Amino acid sequence: MVDLAELQNRYGSELTASTFRDNHRLVVPCEKIYEVLSGLKQDFGFDQLIDITAVDYLEYPDAEHRFGVVYLLLSVSTGERLIVKTFVDLPKPELPTIYSLWKGANWMEREVYDMFGIVFSGHPDLRRILLPDEFASFPLRKDYPLQGRGERHNFPVITRAES
Amino acid sequence: MAVGLPENVFMTTLDAAANWARSNSLWPMPFATACCGIELMATAASRHDMARFGAEVMRFSPRQCDLLVVAGRVVMKMLPVLQRIWLQMPEPKWCISMGACACTGGVFDTYAVVQGVDRFIPVDIYVPGCPPRPEQLLAAVIDLQDKIKSGGTLMGREFAAETTPRGPNPFDPKELRRIQGLPILSNSGVSSSSIVLPGHSATGHHTGFANGKGGIRG
Repeated sequence: MVDLAELQNRYGSELTASTFRDNHRLVVPCEKIYEVLSGLKQDFGFDQLIDITAVDYLEYPDAEHRFGVVYLLLSVSTGERLIVKTFVDLPKPELPTIYSLWKGANWMEREVYDMFGIVFSGHPDLRRILLPDEFASFPLRKDYPLQGRGERHNFPVITRAES
Repeated sequence: MAVGLPENVFMTTLDAAANWARSNSLWPMPFATACCGIELMATAASRHDMARFGAEVMRFSPRQCDLLVVAGRVVMKMLPVLQRIWLQMPEPKWCISMGACACTGGVFDTYAVVQGVDRFIPVDIYVPGCPPRPEQLLAAVIDLQDKIKSGGTLMGREFAAETTPRGPNPFDPKELRRIQGLPILSNSGVSSSSIVLPGHSATGHHTGFANGKGGIRG
């Protein structure tokens, strides 16, 4: 288990930790996320990045921030897992890329960008990964309608005579 | 009977001869994107044996096919591929929309799934079901054979005459209201004719249904 006091000592007292059913969670301010993840990788043995995902807290009654970005880490030697969470806000949701720490972050960050519009600065190839390039919005944001804004209907209609 | 013809010679029209040949040698192009594709494979396999109807030659090149079987949901990223495959198929060609998703989008009424391929390509036969049984697909093939035999022509005149889209209007009024930033009303409150559709006049698109021939040929 990561010692919170040691982390707070290294990265400042804004770090908070909680535990729920053996899930250890760490909340980090967004300007320190690269520093913390880099330290967790190098000094605490969390050498594998499992996933990066995001949560939209729009319409949450007691939410202070719009988006939470979640990093799931695994220590291969001890089997320990850690959830690192940080928050970003509109109008400019931006985080530093962690591609230099884990190469696997490349596509994960692209997916978060594709679905939530969170920009990872310094990313080598920040394009949409699942949706078509011409898609104009970010569909996993909670203010995006479930049935879309006409993207799926914006194609030429082929009649039988012209095919 | 014409006098003087031997017994093994019979008379017919060119159209009927072409229809007979075409309907009994449909070469399907399997466009299988989901579980309907598994049923399509089962239909072609030995138990149900689509070869009994001459439609067993699955070709994975659209240039060699004349029956497009859209089996499964089509997302908006896949639709240009589907349209391209349809355009690449040589004439005469037909299309079976297999399963609830290909026909209407099924349960996948989301931003990414096309709500029926008939909005964008001409469909001849719809097969309901989720997924349809192989018997249903065989019934669709038999129906398509009947359709070809009853209405086909040697040079495909019936295709050239069809200049209006067969399917419903591709534009969903609700989505158009979302684009324009208007409030979304209930179904009864929205009149599609009150919105000017790009490329479709309020009445022009549906004239094909009002002329007595119906939107779906058959």
